[in-house]
Amino acid sequence: MAYSEKTRNVFTGEIVAIKDKGLFKEKRFICSPQDAEITVEYPEGSSLSKVLNFCANNYLGLSSHPDVVKAAHEGLDARGYGMSSVRFICGTQDIHRELQDKVSKFLGMEDTLLFPSCMDANSGVFEAVLGQDDVIIADRLIHASLVDGIRLCSAEYDTFKHMNMKHLRKKLELHQDKRTRMVVTDGVFSMDGDLAPLDEMVALCNEYDAMLLVDESHASGFIGKTGRGTHEHFGVIDGVDIITTTFGKGLGGASGGCVSGRKEIVELCRQKARPYLFSNSLAPPIVNASIKVIDLISGSTERRDKLEWNTDYFRKGMEKAGLNIRSGETPIVPVMLYNAKLANDMARDMYAEGIYVIGFFFPVVPAGAARIRVQLSAAHEKEHLDKCVEAFRKVGEKYGILGLGKSEIIEKYGN
Amino acid sequence: MDKMKEVVLEYVIDEYIDEDDDEEVGVDSPLISSGIVDSFSMVSLKRFLENKYKVRLSDEEATPEAFDTVTSICSLVQKHLG
Repeated sequence: MAYSEKTRNVFTGEIVAIKDKGLFKEKRFICSPQDAEITVEYPEGSSLSKVLNFCANNYLGLSSHPDVVKAAHEGLDARGYGMSSVRFICGTQDIHRELQDKVSKFLGMEDTLLFPSCMDANSGVFEAVLGQDDVIIADRLIHASLVDGIRLCSAEYDTFKHMNMKHLRKKLELHQDKRTRMVVTDGVFSMDGDLAPLDEMVALCNEYDAMLLVDESHASGFIGKTGRGTHEHFGVIDGVDIITTTFGKGLGGASGGCVSGRKEIVELCRQKARPYLFSNSLAPPIVNASIKVIDLISGSTERRDKLEWNTDYFRKGMEKAGLNIRSGETPIVPVMLYNAKLANDMARDMYAEGIYVIGFFFPVVPAGAARIRVQLSAAHEKEHLDKCVEAFRKVGEKYGILGLGKSEIIEKYGN
Repeated sequence: MDKMKEVVLEYVIDEYIDEDDDEEVGVDSPLISSGIVDSFSMVSLKRFLENKYKVRLSDEEATPEAFDTVTSICSLVQKHLG
């Protein structure tokens, strides 16, 4: 037997170490479609609970939208279940081309290439485009998939302090000797919900002859007046060179991602990006449903407008209730607790109140910055938001944190 | 060695601490294990050391442990300088 006890013990020991650090991720089973109200089996084996979901990336509430589900069925009937091929052999259908064209138009980019996920898009784009004579200059808090992609690339890389334009300028000056420069940022940062100042970044990139790549996974479909994203919000649609984004969050929530941008860069991805060349095509039902999503949000801003209203209403409610939330304008609302155990304990108590939220702590967020991350959706109704705020008020009162600021919470619980 | 610690500490503060952050960092403050410097942003510190002291630090040497304090970083650089 090749899997000996000795080998097994190596892995068992690693799992125990993860548990000892309090980083073990428990299984949670959703026994209903993804929505504002879901049925959950948690802990594993327990009876089912109906809870309100405040931790999904279902920003536009499209994950189970009847028109999207219908389009997926139609895609299944018209183009089959799977392609059994990568894109460039025999895995590209007319609907793949149609989705790419619609995404380009929606984002205001020259061309688009679909990937199995945005994780794959981020893994592939750098090594396909850049080489050892180039440099990548990245915000320190970019998503892990961008970090992985940058590490797979032979270009030199450097980082700048989170959203610190003075520091970015310094790094751009430092790397003027390189063939090309690419600045990399998230549009909306997933843990803090803050918006990268793309207007300032575009100006700096123009000044120092640098390309700008923005991961819009937590922005596409709802940030900006018509939901185009962070570049629309800051009025710099023409200033962003590359967008990577996902169909797995606001844009339907199934899977798939893309690189969208300057046509030469997209073409190089088509020729060289390894996750594109060596991974299967996006399945026809998902492609057809994603086309429907782009059509829905291109034709109406109703859903992003509702999400904006929900965001404003919820943020005000939480502040009034005395919770210490990180200020902002996105549907990612971090409830700052600073202490990991407090974040975990409060999330558990929120679940008992019928609200499904998760505590986040180091290394997912910086040390001493533990929080519960609330994510809002256009699927939430006002009564859902009221119930969530009331549950936070009740649980916050139990732990004596209402009305307390950072230093007071740290004084009480440590960090 | 004391001069080197001073130079490296100054770089660490300038490169990793925000201007409005009241965090106090000294030569023995944990950098990696405290999250001030992560494995991704460590690259600029390594580049600074290599350029400043004309040494080559291999990936095997530039571990999170070796880079955890200004003191341990300087010990590593000093080893190369002989």
